[in-house]
Amino acid sequence: MIEVTDLRKSYGRQGKTLAIDGISFTAGEGEIFGVIGPDGAGKSTLFRILASLILPDSGKALLNGHDVVNDYRKIRQIIGYMPERFSLYQDLSVEENLQFFATLFHTTIEENYHLISDIYRQIEPFKKRRAGALSGGMKQKLALSCALIHKPEILILDEPTTGVDPVSRKEFWDMLQRLKAQGIIILVSTAYMDEARQCSRIALMQGGSFIATDTPQGIIDSYREILWSVEGSRITALLYTLRQLPGVKSCFAFGERLHITVREELHLEELKQELVGQGFDDLRIAPIKPTIEDCFMAIDNQ
Amino acid sequence: MKQLIAFVEKEFYHIFRDNRTLLVILGMPVVQILLFGFAINMEVQDIRVALYTPTPDTFSQGIAEKIRQNSYFNFQGSMQTMQLVEESMRKGELDLAIVFPPHFHRDMTHSGEGKVQLITSSADPNRGSIAATYATAIISQYQMEQAGPTAIPFQITTENRMIYNPRMKSAYMFVPGIMGLVLMIISTIMTSVSIIREKERGTMEVLLASPLKQATMIVAKTIPYLIISLLNLISILLLSYFVLDVPIRGSLLLLTLLSLLYIFLSLSFGLTISTLVHKQINAVIVSAMTVMIPVLMLSGMIFPINNMPPALQYLSLVVPARWFIDAVRKVMIQGLGISMVWQEMLILTGMILLLLTVTILKTKKRLE
Repeated sequence: MIEVTDLRKSYGRQGKTLAIDGISFTAGEGEIFGVIGPDGAGKSTLFRILASLILPDSGKALLNGHDVVNDYRKIRQIIGYMPERFSLYQDLSVEENLQFFATLFHTTIEENYHLISDIYRQIEPFKKRRAGALSGGMKQKLALSCALIHKPEILILDEPTTGVDPVSRKEFWDMLQRLKAQGIIILVSTAYMDEARQCSRIALMQGGSFIATDTPQGIIDSYREILWSVEGSRITALLYTLRQLPGVKSCFAFGERLHITVREELHLEELKQELVGQGFDDLRIAPIKPTIEDCFMAIDNQ
Repeated sequence: MKQLIAFVEKEFYHIFRDNRTLLVILGMPVVQILLFGFAINMEVQDIRVALYTPTPDTFSQGIAEKIRQNSYFNFQGSMQTMQLVEESMRKGELDLAIVFPPHFHRDMTHSGEGKVQLITSSADPNRGSIAATYATAIISQYQMEQAGPTAIPFQITTENRMIYNPRMKSAYMFVPGIMGLVLMIISTIMTSVSIIREKERGTMEVLLASPLKQATMIVAKTIPYLIISLLNLISILLLSYFVLDVPIRGSLLLLTLLSLLYIFLSLSFGLTISTLVHKQINAVIVSAMTVMIPVLMLSGMIFPINNMPPALQYLSLVVPARWFIDAVRKVMIQGLGISMVWQEMLILTGMILLLLTVTILKTKKRLE
């Protein structure tokens, strides 16, 4: 059980930069709690506080009943922590890294092999290879193996899939689902909105606060805007034009498309004609269902 | 205990897999010893000397003959004009010129006073002054021989006996200095860099979030460099004993004990630096500034401390190498026992305690 109450943390002289601005949440057994937000939202700071690595200015955080400030020794025995950057020894082989972390946590690879076998089996053929020579996906699997080797009660993963190819990302999330089934509480952050659906519950984080906390479906259900997708040529010019229109509330680029939210009185055909009148062609406009990212944008805009 | 062993093992992997660094830390003492032992020679030899005698006479010829026979001098002959002498000096072909005035012999026998000028090239002041001293000695010796025992009723002869280093070998000076330099560089720089590397690469974050105790990590970080320093100590002593013929007159045990104390001090200093800076490059710069320069300049390794301005002499009191090099000279070269070096040992111990206290106070159990 993770219980966080009104956590606050600021950096710099006289606390000028507010990194964590009053966060409260709970996450229970068998749950993947995702913290979704852009870079600089304060995800890493939050996770470091929970991993007992930095002190909060105020507020309380308990991991399975242990306080992250006072019981830091106990915390460090029950958590598995994976920092944002790859933090294993590049000049040690895969096996040596795992062996080292097993010993550090008073255990052996053999004793807890069953815990990591799913993941580790995929990198085991390369166990003599230096960690620095692994691909991004394999590095993350090794890091996860090292974080899991001591059978942690709580797994804290800070952006584990950043810089990893889509196939490896999917595999990685499949593993997290299996770990969740074993009763491990998983706290994970990501900047990839599409990964949010994999979580039991998510918190959208911006500017040091959780701007919404719910199940992924709950977040989407609470979306109240009228959302259209716009495709066409000259996408950049289109974006700026749309933002000028009075009927359009917001317009963001989503890859090749633009997602716009509009006022109720604006009709689709009306918008199309307006745009054609401004010299845009090849236009395809259609209502769509919101994604987590749309929800994030909408909440963040308020 | 298992944690400690695993950590030390990991440290050795880091060291052995970084071939270039390994080569530097094991090769440095060998190169330094050979460099200082052979290439850098403070003994003054091959002094190129010329005479200027406008009116050659028996006296000047006698002196020329003396110089030709002396092995320290390389006699370049007599020169006919002062212009020639000055030009050779300027070209750097001469270290010393002995200038006789015109009618030297006549003036001396008439007035009983003869003046000879010694011109030395003091581009290298040490070499210049030693050359002048040698030449003065030769001239006065020749004068004594010429005058014979009857000239003055008594005669004082000085006989120099250089004890501890009768052949004036620079190696006697440098070996303790190199020990002070090499042991400190390796222990201090390598320890601080190896800890800061963990901070810089982010592995410290994982270590901190594990049950590993800070003390275990600190001990584990120092053990490999303690072993490497001991290997270096052995190679320095073997090379200086067998290759440079530097004796170990005192107790080898005491010398080892003294070196161990100094290695511990250097390791502690490395730990202290690692708690104060956050980047590898800063660690190297801080180590170099606080180790290399004071050891070279203020330890008495090259420049005698007694010749320094008082402010620098006081500054040298806090340079650990000063005390270590002093004590090593006493034990190694002079063959003195513990009764003569206990003060130095006490000072080194005090410095270790101070550094360890700072390290413990500054070591953090969190990231900030």
